[in-house]
Amino acid sequence: MCRWSSRVWLLFSVAFMAMAVAGPALATGEPQPVMEGAASTAPWWVWPLALFVVTFLLGIVAVLGGVGGGVLFVPIVGGFFPFHLDFVRGAGLLVALAGALAAGPGLLKKGLADLRLALPVALIASSAAIVGAMMGLALPTNVVQIALGVTILGIVGIMLMAKKSEYPDVKQADALSTALRINGIYHEPSSGQDINWKIHRTAKGLAMFVIIGIMAGMFGLGAGWANVPVLNLMMGAPLKVSVATSKFLLSITDTSAAWVYINQGAVLAIMVVPSIIGIMLGSMVGVRILAKTKPAAVRYIVITMLLFAGGRALLKGLGI
Amino acid sequence: MSDIGVEQKTLQGAAQEVRTEWKGATEEQLVYAGILDKGMKLGLAILVVTFLVYVFGILEPFIPVEDLPKYWGLPVGEYLQQTGIPTGWGWVGLLGNGDFLNFIGIAVLAGVTIVCYLPIIPVFRRNRDTIYATIAIVEVAVLVLAASGILHVGGH
Repeated sequence: MCRWSSRVWLLFSVAFMAMAVAGPALATGEPQPVMEGAASTAPWWVWPLALFVVTFLLGIVAVLGGVGGGVLFVPIVGGFFPFHLDFVRGAGLLVALAGALAAGPGLLKKGLADLRLALPVALIASSAAIVGAMMGLALPTNVVQIALGVTILGIVGIMLMAKKSEYPDVKQADALSTALRINGIYHEPSSGQDINWKIHRTAKGLAMFVIIGIMAGMFGLGAGWANVPVLNLMMGAPLKVSVATSKFLLSITDTSAAWVYINQGAVLAIMVVPSIIGIMLGSMVGVRILAKTKPAAVRYIVITMLLFAGGRALLKGLGI
Repeated sequence: MSDIGVEQKTLQGAAQEVRTEWKGATEEQLVYAGILDKGMKLGLAILVVTFLVYVFGILEPFIPVEDLPKYWGLPVGEYLQQTGIPTGWGWVGLLGNGDFLNFIGIAVLAGVTIVCYLPIIPVFRRNRDTIYATIAIVEVAVLVLAASGILHVGGH
């Protein structure tokens, strides 16, 4: 298994580096901040095929690194493929949406994702995501590129610094969460215990989802990287409930933003379908590898990739 | 005790309710999950089939695949202008083309969440959970607004 996962890593590294080197050259011969790949010299089928291979590998890495596919998809595909950032963000939202839809039913049935916690949060995040999507499509591309680069580098900071709390200590539920009856219980199979949970700082947490929703819609990133710290560290939901509810939440947040991109024409089937299928197949393989490997090191590889891709987005935005 | 008094007592009791034992997911959660599961699988299946129809040229695409590289690097506003593709739900009129046929699956995936909300509204109302019934209704309105195509963006 170790040998096999090493081979996957080798393959990934080669593919990633090949895209890094060959991407801009195949696309236009030089880095272009706005017109990503209008004059691609490669046959048309090379890019969807490359997209499938890369998203398959991203699907594996996303599972092992504990991040959503969207957060890797947008900066990497936006940085190294010839597609315009508008289409990349549209595809990124649909990739994140498809992953969330696929995970949602299981998480809800097991009681890990909590509907009472998700619904008020989703209403705020999905409304904000519409605004974010409209802003993203209205702003000049280089401004969005710069903001994307800064955001990705910020995500790297969050990943490096944010702590996690398995079972946060919530002494008393606040008035708002009590009124909304946001509390729950789930069965933890590893300990055989039923875990009771409640939340606090609900108003502040809900306010944070305005910003998260806008960023999700603007950059097409998905937003698990922000959802989980807010649900877990700020509002005090247990880590498993936070991760599961965050994943489910994306299915609602990304739905609203995805419709804005669909209605504005920023969706290309030739990008969306190979990406969704690639990342879903990769996720399935990733789950199998995850059961037999220790993914701690993978997290640092993901951070390095995001650092690289975020830096590239920033430089493209600045026209460097 | 009057009916209003009984209702108030029931609501207060519900508000203070804290479950202490795992009894499985709630009714509304299971209803939502069931529809989500079916819709997601349907959407993905349609997406795969229509993509095969597209790439194998069974239905002629609106934009020939070999011309795609001329357009996919353009900002969306310019792409729409050069190709003459309509915005909003205009794609429905282009479903006879292999590329736009894929939008059926995309629309199912993007629409399933709206459908999931509809049957949980009566569940909340039956349980006299007015706040959550209202949240669900407003969420449907937000998602329908996003999907309607009414919102226009001044392109870059």
